Amino acid sequence: MRAPPARARVVCSSSVSVVPAAALTPGPGRSCPELGMFPELNNLLNITPDRAEQGKLTLLCDAKTDGSFLVHHFLSFYLKANCKVCFVALIQSFSHYNIVGQKLGVSLTAARECGQLVFLEGLKSSVDVFFRAQAEPHPLQFLREADAGNLQPLYEFVREALKPMDDGRAAWRCPVLLVDDLSVLLSLGLGAVAVLDFIHYCRVAVCWERKGNIVTLVHDSGDGEDEENDILLNGLSHQSHLILRAEGLATGFCRDVHGQLRILWRTPSQPTAQRDGSLTYQYKIQDKSVSFFAKGMSPAVL
Amino acid sequence: MAAVATCGTGVGSTGSIVAATSKNNVTSFQRKGPRASGTDSGCSRLVSIAGTRPSVRNGQLLVSTGLPALDQLLGGGLAVGTVLLIEEDKYNIYSSLLFKYFLAEGIINGHTLLVASAKEDPADILQELPAPLLDDNYKKDFDKDVCNPQTPDSNIKMKIAWRYQLLPKIESGPVSSSRFGHYYDASKRMPQELIEASKWHGFFFPEKLSSTLNIEPCSLTHGYRKLLQFIQKVIYEEGFDGSNPQKKQKNILRIGIQNLGSPLWGDDICCTENCDNSHSLTKFLYVLRGLLRTSLSACIITMPTHLIQNKAIIARVTNLSDTVVGLESFIGSERETNPLYKDYHGLIHIRQIPRLNNLIYDVSDVKDLAFKLKRKLFTIEGGKTDDFQAPFIQDQKQEVSKRLHLPPDLSDTVSRSSKQDLAESSKLLGPGCGMMAGGKQHLDF
Repeated sequence: MRAPPARARVVCSSSVSVVPAAALTPGPGRSCPELGMFPELNNLLNITPDRAEQGKLTLLCDAKTDGSFLVHHFLSFYLKANCKVCFVALIQSFSHYNIVGQKLGVSLTAARECGQLVFLEGLKSSVDVFFRAQAEPHPLQFLREADAGNLQPLYEFVREALKPMDDGRAAWRCPVLLVDDLSVLLSLGLGAVAVLDFIHYCRVAVCWERKGNIVTLVHDSGDGEDEENDILLNGLSHQSHLILRAEGLATGFCRDVHGQLRILWRTPSQPTAQRDGSLTYQYKIQDKSVSFFAKGMSPAVL
Repeated sequence: MAAVATCGTGVGSTGSIVAATSKNNVTSFQRKGPRASGTDSGCSRLVSIAGTRPSVRNGQLLVSTGLPALDQLLGGGLAVGTVLLIEEDKYNIYSSLLFKYFLAEGIINGHTLLVASAKEDPADILQELPAPLLDDNYKKDFDKDVCNPQTPDSNIKMKIAWRYQLLPKIESGPVSSSRFGHYYDASKRMPQELIEASKWHGFFFPEKLSSTLNIEPCSLTHGYRKLLQFIQKVIYEEGFDGSNPQKKQKNILRIGIQNLGSPLWGDDICCTENCDNSHSLTKFLYVLRGLLRTSLSACIITMPTHLIQNKAIIARVTNLSDTVVGLESFIGSERETNPLYKDYHGLIHIRQIPRLNNLIYDVSDVKDLAFKLKRKLFTIEGGKTDDFQAPFIQDQKQEVSKRLHLPPDLSDTVSRSSKQDLAESSKLLGPGCGMMAGGKQHLDF
């Protein structure tokens, strides 16, 4: 089934008024639409598309809220940074990310056509894998297997997608693997150890060999009911350089503050925690951006 | 958010106006191609499908769930290509009612239905669908009640509602209706000719058990696998995914799956905590979602989550579904005799609303919602945050008056009598209202 290009969509201006939030850094408070992603988050993380770090594993985690805005941020960030991105999108369809990406200033269709983006659409491929026997091993081959499989075909796919160009010239900057999300792999019959193995292999191939980055999202159930998920989350937290944790507010739902973001910098290789820093901000998601502010400093409250 | 709130009371009228104008001429409300990436390019952008409307926020194609109040809570309706998961109430009374409303809405709009059940024959389910309340029937019922001397103040209530209902003029034909959401009379059955005129496919699991073909071992239980194959066959053959060049389908497929996860489907997650095939249900949901995202269909699933022993599975199922609504009925619980809840039959919890093609989503301000099956209509009303969670307090009278201090409720029968109550109760609360009143008062935001 070939997917024809997405049709023109309805253009409806949103009626939600954008709350002008005071930025914490002395940088400009307004977001430039051509920059895309969330400039305030870039300021908090102290990164710009020109100076993206390399060889890092970033873990995105959400507890009692939806952390997918972080995935959209990193996707548009790395596309803007001219990196080659392999996106394993297991939860939503391509057009979902494309439409949100357009709001953030990147075009996924253009990136896919020129080869910057390799997109594995999990939902569509799962239908193909499940109903028709494939000739060659498919990245989602584990869907057909009766017992707990492993993710080796998926790893081969990622490796193939991010391999360097044959002619030696560096068309793109460092390769990036983006996975949304890893928790769904546990729901599909794989064990936590298999998923951890997969990430380990990808780290060797992407972070170590090619000096690239990996960004992945894991849900946190929070109550300790899902043991496999906790194993996966703890294992990944231990290996990550940067952990972004989106949490719902402890006091419940609020219209003006959608949640709290905890940023934790780690250096897993060094035993002494000399650069382990952590910051906490609250955020509000708007139509095209996310505004961050210190705890209790929401513009709605001040 | 403001736009959603203001169009709350007139949800029926605005929806129908949109549908009417988009049928008549070229407007800015063009049907956005949803995630049905397979729809053929010959289908022009201006053709609109009966019973759907684009979402105000992002142009997503929406269908009605059969309950206009629930549509409003979900941000306008159920998006095409998504799954609505209903967590059943304890005795499966109200969840099966919502299930039937969904199917009845499909019949009224002329959608194709696919009904899957392991407990009842789909033909029997279709016989029990509620009858739609078209305008002239509605008026007849209310005129009958007007003659009833027992309820004098209800006259005002129904007359106002009657005028609301008249706003979009509905043809008196049996099926054709340009409204988006319809009201149903739970005490009457859908007319037989409507059911026979509709197109539906049934999947009754005990019947399919007999035909066991030679299948390769898969971690899905047998029932789920056959159901997936059946759904995929219908979608492909009827052309809902656009891959069949002969069939140009411009209709929505409404899939209804009843009691998914119950032991009748061959799954044991409701029986034991450490089940052998704990991934069967989640894998099924994943592949089902993949099928839905690539076709013009919407799915409702009712699941007895209160029976699932392993709580982790409930969290995974919630993450794999798009919209999740939980029902909690008061039957048999201590709340049945609580005067706080005397008008209501249960609580509705909106557990999850998807963010589709967007960073944000429409969320209603009212978080505590109760439903009641009143005068044959299913209505949903909301209260302040802690009204329905309030524990027993000695001063019952104060508690009851606090409950009446409601924001504009979401039901469509707003009456003058309840507005008077609001005014009185706000006076009552005046001096004592607020967080500083005393130690017994719990926090009230």
